[in-house]
Amino acid sequence: MSEPDLSSSSLTPAEEPTEGSTSRRRMVLNMGPQHPSTHGVLRIILELEGETILNATPDIGYLHTGIEKECEVKTYQQVVPLTDRVDYLANLSNNLGYSLAVEKLLQLEIPPKAQWMRVLLVELTRINSHLVWLGTHAMDIGAMTVFLYCFREREDLLRIFEMFSGQRMMTSYIRVGGLALEPPRGWEQAVGKFIDAFPSKLAEYEDLLTKNPIWMNRTKGVGFLALEDLLDCGVTGPMIRAAGMKWDIRKDEPYSSYDKFDFEIPTREASDVYARYEVRLEEMRQSVRIIRQAMDGMPEGAWVTSAPNVVLPEREKMKTQIEALIYHFKIVTEGFTVPAGEAYVCIESPRGELGYYVVSNGTSKPHRVFMRTPSFANLQALPDMVKGRLIADTIAALGSIDFVLGDVDR
Amino acid sequence: MASKIQDALSSAAALAKGMGVTLKEMMSPTITEDYPDVPPKFQERYRGVHVLQRDENGLEKCVACFLCSANCPSDCIYIEAAENTDSLRISGGERYARIYNIDYSRCIFCGYCVEACPTDAITHGHGFEIASYDTSTLIWRKEQLLAPASPRETQTAINPPPGVRSPV
Ligand code: SF4
Ligand code: SF4
Repeated sequence: MSEPDLSSSSLTPAEEPTEGSTSRRRMVLNMGPQHPSTHGVLRIILELEGETILNATPDIGYLHTGIEKECEVKTYQQVVPLTDRVDYLANLSNNLGYSLAVEKLLQLEIPPKAQWMRVLLVELTRINSHLVWLGTHAMDIGAMTVFLYCFREREDLLRIFEMFSGQRMMTSYIRVGGLALEPPRGWEQAVGKFIDAFPSKLAEYEDLLTKNPIWMNRTKGVGFLALEDLLDCGVTGPMIRAAGMKWDIRKDEPYSSYDKFDFEIPTREASDVYARYEVRLEEMRQSVRIIRQAMDGMPEGAWVTSAPNVVLPEREKMKTQIEALIYHFKIVTEGFTVPAGEAYVCIESPRGELGYYVVSNGTSKPHRVFMRTPSFANLQALPDMVKGRLIADTIAALGSIDFVLGDVDR
Repeated sequence: MASKIQDALSSAAALAKGMGVTLKEMMSPTITEDYPDVPPKFQERYRGVHVLQRDENGLEKCVACFLCSANCPSDCIYIEAAENTDSLRISGGERYARIYNIDYSRCIFCGYCVEACPTDAITHGHGFEIASYDTSTLIWRKEQLLAPASPRETQTAINPPPGVRSPV
């Protein structure tokens, strides 16, 4: 990928049109950073010849927050609210990835109920994220209706998250050691009601899109990239599954009891925008399946591990027992120390492999937290996907990547 | 030719199906909330603007132990402690918070302060309308955060203590 020559650009033709071909004009066009279909602040430098794209270079960094660096001045538990803000559509997945990495360093045993609850929550997160993707992606391509319906269902999910954690998006509900709070009263009804109604809603989206001739024309064969090229870019998640590779960390390197659940990994061969659409829709169905199993088989027991020097003591004990109160003071004021070492844990976020690499130097604050975010790697596939295609295809291809810019820039 | 007709027919059928969904949805009840005309509904645990609680005698629960500010990831709680005296008793404990500020231009409503508080003094209320054109007004003082003095008012104005580690 060569850097476009911007000195000669500024919307003037780089080459004078040759005699007799008035249409041959190359120009450089900025798509973004404020373009609505770039979903955040992404600038794509398009080199065009007419409507045809010669080259596309994503220019990232507009949303750089320094969140990885910020982690180094927080205690381990205080990092959790930061992980919420990496990917605003998959907050609980990020909570989980980080918690698993720290728990690996601490060698904590997480009780089954907490593990299953985590599975249930990150699958709800997957549906939530895919709903936002579907709605915005369809709207980019021109189907406004789907957007409204998707956000209606997402509202139910956000209410469920609020019920659990007190916040619709920035949940910080999965913590090092288990969950932040006991699952709320009535959560079974709320989640049950949602997953009972959701499959019929999915069918509605399908009625609106799957066979729709406009949708098919805009997505079939668009944004194709061969599996090898995708792998070269480090792409993971639904994008490589839509290219025929059956790779899903939930199955291949199970974490948090995923090996106890029965679900399919949907794949397609076509590796175009339409195939990615099909894969994500099917993933939502599989998520419903997983959630149902998690609800039916939810184990009894503790929702947080018993590690007095890591997890805050029970509230009642803290108020009545002096020992618990001392632990409470100690954990709150100093945090907990983590043995020196490093750990990498990856999970399957809605967008692909989400990895947390945590280095500890034996103190109560991480020495380094690196986030292997799926959006960053997936975005690298964009130039090859759109080269030689039309501008309008860029919008479809961009949407099919399903990136979140907070996740790209960190 | 025949396949063209077939294509056209199946396209028309697909579009009609889509329109069917739209028509069906037109008949179903509206779920849009009418905020600000109708106040929004929150879940019990909603983390809104903080409320500093009082005990049953009307004294402040906060004993200025600084745990909330130690646990706050965004470092936005500022406290100055002072001793209670016999003539001036503000809190139930030995000390009380002479100054207790929360900087809402920094607060991320994470609830860590509420988890840390050993006396259930700081809790999340359900208030949320704190937007302002002037950020200097976003530093809330203790007087703004405190629950009203009369017990009856207290009951209506605040949500129950969060029960951070106990069943709700
Ligand atoms: S909610 Fe979080 S950020 Fe706000 S004051 Fe409490 S601990 Fe600090
Ligand atoms: S609000 Fe609670 S934690 Fe904060 S200083 Fe007062 S008593 Fe301590």
